[in-house]
Amino acid sequence: MSRQRRPGLGKALNIFGPFIGLLLVIALFSLIPEVQGRFLRFANFKSVATQSVIVALGALGMTLIIIAGGIDLSAASNIALSSVIAAYAVNAGAAPLVAVLLGVLTGGVVGMANGGLVTRLRLVPFIVTMGMMGIARGAAKWIAGNQKIDAPMTWVNELMAKSPRPSWLLLAPGIWIVILFAVALAVLLKYTVFGRHIFAVGSNEATARLCGIRTDRIKILVYTISGLFCGLSGVMEFSRLTVGDPTVAVGLELDIIAAVVIGGGSLNGGEGSILGTMVGVLIMSFLRNGCTMMGWPNYIQEIIIGAIIIIAVTLDRLRHKPE
Amino acid sequence: MRDVPAAPPVLRMAGVSKSFGATRALDDVTFELGRGEVHALIGENGAGKSTMMKILSGAIAPDAGTMEIDGRPYAPSGPVDGLRCGVSMIYQELTLAPHLTVAENILLGRELDTAGWLDRKAMERKVREVLDLVRHPEISPDVPVGRLSVGAKQLVEIARALSNKSRILVMDEPTSSLSQGDSQRLFEIIRGLKGQDVSIIYISHFLEEVQRVADSYTVLRDGRSVGSGTMEGTSLDDLIQLMVGQKFTQLFPRVDHAVGGTVLSVKDLKGTRMTAPVTLTLSKGEILGVAGLIGSGRTEMLRALFGLDEVEGGTLVVSGAGLAGRRPWTRIRRGLGLLSEDRQGEGLALSLSVADNMTLSDLAPYRRRGLLSPARQRRAVAGLVGELKIKAKGPGQKVGDLSGGNQQKVALARLLHQKASVLLLDEPTRGIDVVSKSQIYEWIGGLAREGKAVLFVSSYLPELLGICDRIVVFHRGLIVESRPTAGWTAADLMAAATVGRSSREQHPDQRNAE
Repeated sequence: MSRQRRPGLGKALNIFGPFIGLLLVIALFSLIPEVQGRFLRFANFKSVATQSVIVALGALGMTLIIIAGGIDLSAASNIALSSVIAAYAVNAGAAPLVAVLLGVLTGGVVGMANGGLVTRLRLVPFIVTMGMMGIARGAAKWIAGNQKIDAPMTWVNELMAKSPRPSWLLLAPGIWIVILFAVALAVLLKYTVFGRHIFAVGSNEATARLCGIRTDRIKILVYTISGLFCGLSGVMEFSRLTVGDPTVAVGLELDIIAAVVIGGGSLNGGEGSILGTMVGVLIMSFLRNGCTMMGWPNYIQEIIIGAIIIIAVTLDRLRHKPE
Repeated sequence: MRDVPAAPPVLRMAGVSKSFGATRALDDVTFELGRGEVHALIGENGAGKSTMMKILSGAIAPDAGTMEIDGRPYAPSGPVDGLRCGVSMIYQELTLAPHLTVAENILLGRELDTAGWLDRKAMERKVREVLDLVRHPEISPDVPVGRLSVGAKQLVEIARALSNKSRILVMDEPTSSLSQGDSQRLFEIIRGLKGQDVSIIYISHFLEEVQRVADSYTVLRDGRSVGSGTMEGTSLDDLIQLMVGQKFTQLFPRVDHAVGGTVLSVKDLKGTRMTAPVTLTLSKGEILGVAGLIGSGRTEMLRALFGLDEVEGGTLVVSGAGLAGRRPWTRIRRGLGLLSEDRQGEGLALSLSVADNMTLSDLAPYRRRGLLSPARQRRAVAGLVGELKIKAKGPGQKVGDLSGGNQQKVALARLLHQKASVLLLDEPTRGIDVVSKSQIYEWIGGLAREGKAVLFVSSYLPELLGICDRIVVFHRGLIVESRPTAGWTAADLMAAATVGRSSREQHPDQRNAE
């Protein structure tokens, strides 16, 4: 067989590609004398990680959706809506835990609505979630009365603190939450029947149906889980801002999708990994961080990240060339 | 004057050969098409007709051989070049833009303009000219093509070819999706085109129709031209004999097996995509062949049986339990397994591993306390890989990297793995090499010996005759005949599939008796 050389190379790119990218980014900024000293510091890494939490949580759920062959453009709006709901609840005097749960559940409901519409109406996920993007954003503004919702400080605001309260935690609780769920989802994808079914639906939905997999059920679950993660991300957003802001995270869905794609997720479905996605999130965060330290203007960052996305997708195509 | 025998042919193909990998799709084929002639190209699926037409259109280049149009060498560099030389293809899957109007479609890519501005007047004149040749009540220049019936669309496609001054039209199964009336209209138009000196290569499985419309014929079998001549004085049976040839059943390993009690019974079953209800029974240890042309309703029946399409009416009983609805998992639970005809599009998830593909329909054995063990999955699969002689680097290899025959074995292995007791196999040997084929025949025989029931859909008659206990034939959505295999010949099957009844000379009594 003449094809046998290519998959080996492709596999290596698949697994190490994102890591190589991350190391390159870190190495690049470590070599520039102006920022070297500040960049290569634990404190800086800690702050990069903290800044990554919101995108990372969204990207965890998005990874499932993209592996299953879908897409969720409403993720960022969902994050904003959930943060508003959490702030609203705290403001109304609810216990902080109740507020957190309400925020997460809001995200789940929006996700379930996405999944329901995609499967029941047989509509393309792009369209359904684009509509939901507007609906969730509008709902957030409506509930917040088109302004920020102030809320008294509670322990919820500690979740994103750069110096966590019990100092032995070392990192913000939000980071630990991301790590915990990343491990859980990675196990789910690799070691559960549900995980196999997600890959099967994304790889070839017709095959999945042929094998007796209830594809609609899988999709609804995937969108719901992803929604729950958006809800959690919204809670983190509220924790960080200490207010519920309905205009927050505009356009963030694209960062989230980019992270999954840079990490090896294929928009054709059937491919992607949690580890890759997390590396993708870090690549973008380190780039932003380094560029800011360099004093480069915002537009340079945007151009660089745009280029990275195109490079990542080109590598993705190269990987699939043998077909 | 065009009937003078010395008139040079419009098209001449000589010694044309083409191989794909190890398979020889066309072998030293010679073909001549006269001016104003309708020439039928006949052959079983896979005989080389479409390869030959792809070469003619310029879509692929031949390995050897020459072509001439009007005595001048013709070596198209691509379909566009072929079109410029006057060769137009009219495909089964139409290639019209549904949102554009009839006129816009006809002149697509060849719009008339003055300095970039569309010259609507001139375009309309040109369109009316060609539409005069293909009159149809639905067709007028400014109707969007999406609103036309299939038959009318086909005529628009023909009009497009004519507006391009094509002198050679290739029609591939033009009537397969047409109503009786539209077919008649098409035949009239074809007669009209002959008068305009347009030559037509007419590809069809419906032999009676071919006999009516064509002046001459060429029969392809296994990539060779096995006969050609004028249609006058040639009987249907002559054509059928040429199509099936003398190849018979030694290739097929016969595994002794006994037929037991009924396991699947279908009464007046009607799925959403079936054109007519179907009644059928299948017994334990039986291999039931299903013959018929592509598009005759065989696949649609399997899809309804397996719950991939909604069941609208009738009953389906498997091992004593009634089944309905559009829920494949309930079928799997009852022991049904389906092998899809579309291996790459539906049968397999190409980006997943061999192990995942084989076990996808039944992952339960590898789950313990909610967690899946990929290691045990791979171990279980290793046995099947050996048993079916699947050539793969290991259970972890992606299915997309395997050869066609090995992919098919993976799809079959899935049915074994899920322990299906009623196997619905749709074209299980299509497009795979001879060695894998005979392994699959042996394997099917072995299943029957174990008491499993097999429904075996195939377009390749020798294999049906070689391994089945009984064969039913589909024609235009209906089962037209059912007989034990011993009662069928290849010619009978071909006749039933193409004409809707078995050939006249051989079984007149039987037909009257039914």
